Amino acid sequence: MAENSKQLRETVLRITGVNPRKCMKCGKCSGTCPAYDEMEYHPHQFVAMVEKGDIERLMASPSVFRCLSCFACVERCPRGVEPAKLIEGVRLAMIRQKGANHLTANDIPELLDSELPQQAITSAMRKYAK
Amino acid sequence: MQAVTENKTFTPKIVAFCCNWCSYAGADLAGTSRLSYPANVKIIRVPCSCRVNPLFILRAFQRGADGVILCGCHPGDCHYSTGNYYARRRMTLLFSMLDYLGIERERTRVEWVSAAEGNKFAATMNDFVQTITALGENVKLGDLRCKQ
Amino acid sequence: MQKIGVFVCWCGSNIAATVDVKAVAEAVKSEPGVVFATDYQYMCSEGGQARIRDAIKEYGLTGIVVCSCSPRMHEATFRKTAESAGLNPYMVEIANVREQCSWIHRDMPEATEKAIILAKAAIAKLHLNAPLKAGESPVVKRALVIGGGIAGLQTAIDIADAGYEVDIVEKTPTIGGKMAQLDKTFPTLDCAACILTPKMVEAAQHEKIHLYTYSEVESVKGFVGNFTVNIRKKARFVDETKCTGCGVCMTKCPSKKAKSEFNLGLSNRTAIYIPFAQAIPNVPVIDPESCIKMKTDKCGICSMNCAAGAIDYKQEDQIITQQYGAIVAATGFNPISLDKYDEFAYNQSPDVITSLELERLMNAAGPTKGVLLRPSDNEHPKTIVFVQCVGSRDTTDCGKPYCSKICCMYTAKHAMMIREKYPDTDVHVFYIDVRTPGKNFDEFYRRAVEQYGVDYIKGMVGKVVPHDGKLLVQGSDLISNEQVKIDADLVVLAAAIEPDKSARPLATMLTASMDTNDFFTEAHPKLRPVESPTAGVFLSGVCQGPKDIPETVSQAGAAAAKVIGLLAKDRLVSNPCVANSNELLCNGCSTCEKVCPFGAIEYIDKEVNDHGKREVRRIALVNEAVCQGCGACTVACPSGAMDLKGFSNRQIMAEVDAICKL
Repeated sequence: MAENSKQLRETVLRITGVNPRKCMKCGKCSGTCPAYDEMEYHPHQFVAMVEKGDIERLMASPSVFRCLSCFACVERCPRGVEPAKLIEGVRLAMIRQKGANHLTANDIPELLDSELPQQAITSAMRKYAK
Repeated sequence: MQAVTENKTFTPKIVAFCCNWCSYAGADLAGTSRLSYPANVKIIRVPCSCRVNPLFILRAFQRGADGVILCGCHPGDCHYSTGNYYARRRMTLLFSMLDYLGIERERTRVEWVSAAEGNKFAATMNDFVQTITALGENVKLGDLRCKQ
Repeated sequence: MQKIGVFVCWCGSNIAATVDVKAVAEAVKSEPGVVFATDYQYMCSEGGQARIRDAIKEYGLTGIVVCSCSPRMHEATFRKTAESAGLNPYMVEIANVREQCSWIHRDMPEATEKAIILAKAAIAKLHLNAPLKAGESPVVKRALVIGGGIAGLQTAIDIADAGYEVDIVEKTPTIGGKMAQLDKTFPTLDCAACILTPKMVEAAQHEKIHLYTYSEVESVKGFVGNFTVNIRKKARFVDETKCTGCGVCMTKCPSKKAKSEFNLGLSNRTAIYIPFAQAIPNVPVIDPESCIKMKTDKCGICSMNCAAGAIDYKQEDQIITQQYGAIVAATGFNPISLDKYDEFAYNQSPDVITSLELERLMNAAGPTKGVLLRPSDNEHPKTIVFVQCVGSRDTTDCGKPYCSKICCMYTAKHAMMIREKYPDTDVHVFYIDVRTPGKNFDEFYRRAVEQYGVDYIKGMVGKVVPHDGKLLVQGSDLISNEQVKIDADLVVLAAAIEPDKSARPLATMLTASMDTNDFFTEAHPKLRPVESPTAGVFLSGVCQGPKDIPETVSQAGAAAAKVIGLLAKDRLVSNPCVANSNELLCNGCSTCEKVCPFGAIEYIDKEVNDHGKREVRRIALVNEAVCQGCGACTVACPSGAMDLKGFSNRQIMAEVDAICKL
């Protein structure tokens, strides 16, 4: 794993407190995900990719913001892995890389997707606008 | 320069407590396989590592031992099912107390050696003797009154 | 002062080539208490042993030290030698100068010096040895088997066939257990009843087996070889000695709305009932909760119709006290409750069922007479989804962290049987891993896929939603990386299995240890898998860990063999190197009781004489028949009251001192 990827992985794991090694690859998170069809990378892939340190690819994908943060995967994961928290962590890492700790109101129109509820964006606003 | 020559002649006294079911048998296997380790290691047989009272270890140091090692069955393999877990917890406490007293951590050790690990037993003892030899004599805990 | 003899063995050249045996014998002569020291080529040979015997007699030795090979090799030999010369066998100490000295060192002076120290340490220890006598206790030649499922039955039959009396205590009204509820058994697909009912009959008719059905263990006292058990025989309200099993009472009973436990609530039963047609004993039970007579006193129809006059509404629980030499726990399992798994809609739709319920729906004697009909509308389901690992391998507090082991195979069995009987049915199985380690198991699973066309999907179901009389199943297919949605008619959940709820209180009574999942712990995970660490308590079947029928039967037989081995002895001789509490030092704190892995320590109130002061104190008492002599309690004891015979604090300290002294 490249040094950069390793650091990124550490960051994501630290801010989320998630241990992706607990995953037993059952796919229940993806089985339960209501936004599955909108995503390029699905929740179970998120967990595997974070574990492998393949986070830059995740950051480049719109999937990160297609997650609705409904936490169904967190609720139903039999191993307590909490995939949605990881996704949240990747979002935060992206924002941190941009040098800021929050989304600005100007970022939002660009991120809006007419076919999706705006829950993810609003939850991000809620979280980072303080 | 003096210290170096002293270390050359220094042979530490080492007491090894071995549980009857795994480590003592492992020591026997080391013997059967003719795997040598220094003669200054002397083994005391106990039924289980949990029989070893921390006081025995302090007593050994008081009487002039330079290092004490406790060997038991691997976790999960204890003949009495849980004895080695008790030993592990007790030794963790004892060792941290010794550390607090300023006794080098390397002077005491817990190792899991199974009855099939003659190699490991000999290697562990060789390594332990090396470590203690490098540390030098146990001055702090030795009781001068016990010296002859 | 002891009179000690030291015997240094050459072991041919094994010892003598590196250790100067004569110097060793000479060096120890000056040790206090040593009155005799010699060396000989082979101490373990007849000649060597004769020398030891002669020396014991000639010098009146009170103890001997043999400097030879490992005590693991010849300690028993030299103990016998000592005994034959009239010395207590525990007055023998071995200095291991072969494996731990001559074989590992090359330098003769160095090895000789070490051998002398080892001999001196053994002498120092021997000074503190005391004669020990192995305790003896009688063995009651009767075994108790708790649980009347296939595990308990097999254990009981095997023990009884060896000629010992066995009692089976079963808490439900019939023996047979879970296996009686099953339809077919993997991997051969023979019907469960066809192979189980003959065993039930065999147990019931065996002259050495006594059945206590509808009974529970109330209390257990005593220890290995001599347990006293109270059994509560619950009131059946039917006199077993009079009932002929004609069944008229059941046909006449007007209360017909109670849920059948045997059919898992999929059908109703009467208030007076037998669980199923082949139940043993064939004696009904009245369920007081639904009996009209017992609730309102206005019925009594069963009593009026009973030609044998067996109905007794006033019957009361009976306590039976019996002695046993050995106890076998065979308490079995249950599927877990799925109340916490809302996503699978088990409580929302009658068409979401567990695998055990499916067994009943497919069983020819079941509520649908073996025709697979879905519970909501009695229609043939056309699309069936199986979900595996429901609650198994689940580390959240909803499920169980372990693999339930049997689900992969029974799901393959169900899928295969449905495809065979109803080829127009689509069967999908969601799996995480398919685990088939067993003889002919993987072949069986592959047959379900290749020959019967069962659709195995690698992934897990995320949710099941009842919709328009159908069940919308949404899950992931990890291989094709898709989310699949299936409109199913029936969803079958492979619920995890857990030990029966009665196991935990039973373990407390038996002082047998359990793991965090309430499975009984075995004495050794590899070498003693059917024994509990508590002596005299044995384990059979799923109460020890998940297992299928073939494995259960083999374990049941193994447990029986261990019980037979115990009952075959007239008296038990115990290891005399056991813990012993000094009653004057004991402060009654219970610390030792908590660390004892065998439950060998109990507390009693006893009058002690403390230097002339008599008072009743709470003190620890070690049961010498149960103690295995590990010594965990000796270190835990805060007041230094607990010590281990043969490895006492003073003995070990003496060895330490001798080794450290140069």
